[in-house]
Amino acid sequence: MTTPLLQAAELTRHYSVRSGAWPFGRTATLRAVDGVSFTLPAGRTLGLVGESGCGKSTTAKLVLGLVPPTRGEVRVMGETLPPAGTARWRALRRSIQMVFQDPLGALDRRVPVGDQITEPLIIHRIGTPAQRRDKAVATMAAVGLKLDHFDRYPHELSGGQRQRIVLARALVLEPKLIVCDEPISALDVSIQAQVVNLLVDLQAQLGIAYLFISHDLRMIRQVSHEVAVMYLGRIVEQGEPDSLLAQPAHPYTQALISAIPTASTRTRRGRIILKGDPPNPIDLPSGCAFHTRCAFAVARCRTETPALRVMADGRRVACHLADTNSPRAVA
Amino acid sequence: MQPPLVDITGLTVDFDTGARIVRVLHGVDLAVGAGEAVGLVGESGCGKSVTWLAALGLLGSRARIGGQVSLRGRNLVGAPTSALESVRGRHIAMIFQDPSSSLNPVHRVGRQLAEALRLHRDMDADAAMVEARRLLDRVGIADAPRRLDAYPHELSGGMNQRVMIAMALAGQPEMLVADEPTTALDATIQAQILELLQEIRRDTQMALVLISHDLGVVAENTDRVCVMYAGRVIEDAPIATIFGAPAHPYTQGLLAALPDLEGPRRRLTTIQGVVPEAWNLPPGCSFAPRCDRADAACAAAVPPSLALAADHRAACIKAVPQPAPAAGRA
Repeated sequence: MTTPLLQAAELTRHYSVRSGAWPFGRTATLRAVDGVSFTLPAGRTLGLVGESGCGKSTTAKLVLGLVPPTRGEVRVMGETLPPAGTARWRALRRSIQMVFQDPLGALDRRVPVGDQITEPLIIHRIGTPAQRRDKAVATMAAVGLKLDHFDRYPHELSGGQRQRIVLARALVLEPKLIVCDEPISALDVSIQAQVVNLLVDLQAQLGIAYLFISHDLRMIRQVSHEVAVMYLGRIVEQGEPDSLLAQPAHPYTQALISAIPTASTRTRRGRIILKGDPPNPIDLPSGCAFHTRCAFAVARCRTETPALRVMADGRRVACHLADTNSPRAVA
Repeated sequence: MQPPLVDITGLTVDFDTGARIVRVLHGVDLAVGAGEAVGLVGESGCGKSVTWLAALGLLGSRARIGGQVSLRGRNLVGAPTSALESVRGRHIAMIFQDPSSSLNPVHRVGRQLAEALRLHRDMDADAAMVEARRLLDRVGIADAPRRLDAYPHELSGGMNQRVMIAMALAGQPEMLVADEPTTALDATIQAQILELLQEIRRDTQMALVLISHDLGVVAENTDRVCVMYAGRVIEDAPIATIFGAPAHPYTQGLLAALPDLEGPRRRLTTIQGVVPEAWNLPPGCSFAPRCDRADAACAAAVPPSLALAADHRAACIKAVPQPAPAAGRA
């Protein structure tokens, strides 16, 4: 078996936070990511979906080495990701690039576009100045930017074009993996489609793998080969997108999918309205973190944390009732 | 037929930026009947929020407003502040995207609700508190008596939006304008808030204008949709028509750009180019440079809004109702 491009093994990140005003508050632990494992083969896309605070972005930062894990590890091409700042980490980071939500925040407003795309090559000491420029120009063409954008500044371009610059800057190093954290959420619908098509095309041409993080299940389905649904720091369900969307097994996935508004003029699907808000992440309920909002919860859910189990169809589900509570068709 | 509750005709807004005057609304026509739910969709900067801010006189002194906004026959454009104050909240209430910035962070939510009740319903302090508690109960906030004493930062985003809805209900308005009410909220919380708005409409027969960039949200919660582009309403039709047989190429493009939830994956259809800047609109139809069907005639004149059916209008000289791609229906 070949070594997968990216492996996360029991990845955990806890933060100490103080609840209440200093000096009276007590220190509590915020379990941002709590034992997340997944494998991403080269050239594939893993979609990570969940609501705010579920740990998707922390997972992205862990994969990039931007925050050190409390426990567990990230392996890139079989090698454990070394601590950030080390020479080996910098070398590995050449193959792992990132694209975040807000392109204007990711770009330097005072530096021309072309220089920003060339900069990663300078940092990694690749090529001569002339070769760098050629490479930057070629990459700009690959993401649909024109040559006359080279000397312009980010504010002169539209939101979609700015996200193309961020993408070009990631691509210029010919990475094997791009971590995309909500890459299209700040864009308008018609521009989202342009950027998503571009991501799909680049994967087909260059064989890049994506860790694609989004709250938008439609977009996740469009780009992903596998989907992992996160709730409060854990993966609650993971599997192939079509079967997961058509027959979600975890009650949280069921609610999340039923909450997608549809423009359907046919019969509407039964909507599951969850009660209340997600619990406070520094004061998680015992047992299954979802039991406070779950319509099917039984006594066992309050005491025992369910592990991810492999179901008959190869899907992984973290729910005690996943066998008895047969997958529900919500589509 | 009954006259509409609110009838906007030829509404224009010009912003004076100091250097130049920029027209952002180019004659918006929009009518909302009593008890009707109308969706307003479009991409950022198309004027969907500005339309209602202008109608309620909330744009400030840098905006010049033309045209007519009539509320049961009374024109609101150019009306004195005192007249507008009696309309805002009492006849037309508005809620916004980010509830925590709409609430005052240094006052308890009960006090803020009571203030609205004293203002709109002339209640004394005690009566206002009792009513405030009832309203919090009404919008589904558990443990209302205790929540009255909470500050906005102690409540979640979804709860704050419930407080804003309670505050909007305080004036017993005939119409609620909800400007992206769930955009800042998570999917499961969005479902809760939209369900609440539906329930309130069933109980009070209040009209609703739902401004959203999310076509799905609009489809599920309104009867009719107006699609806006670059400061104009370019299509206006019942939900079933917009999603079943849209006629304007922009509406068709928006629907085709949405990925499906089921069926085979298809390449997303994109709309080429970008939305033009408000100060640099192309001549004629402002969508023409991005439109596959455009020809010389489109650039020659701004297309009038044409009636394709009794309840379907589109501002396109080449409007052809076409079945929507699978995207809109998945």
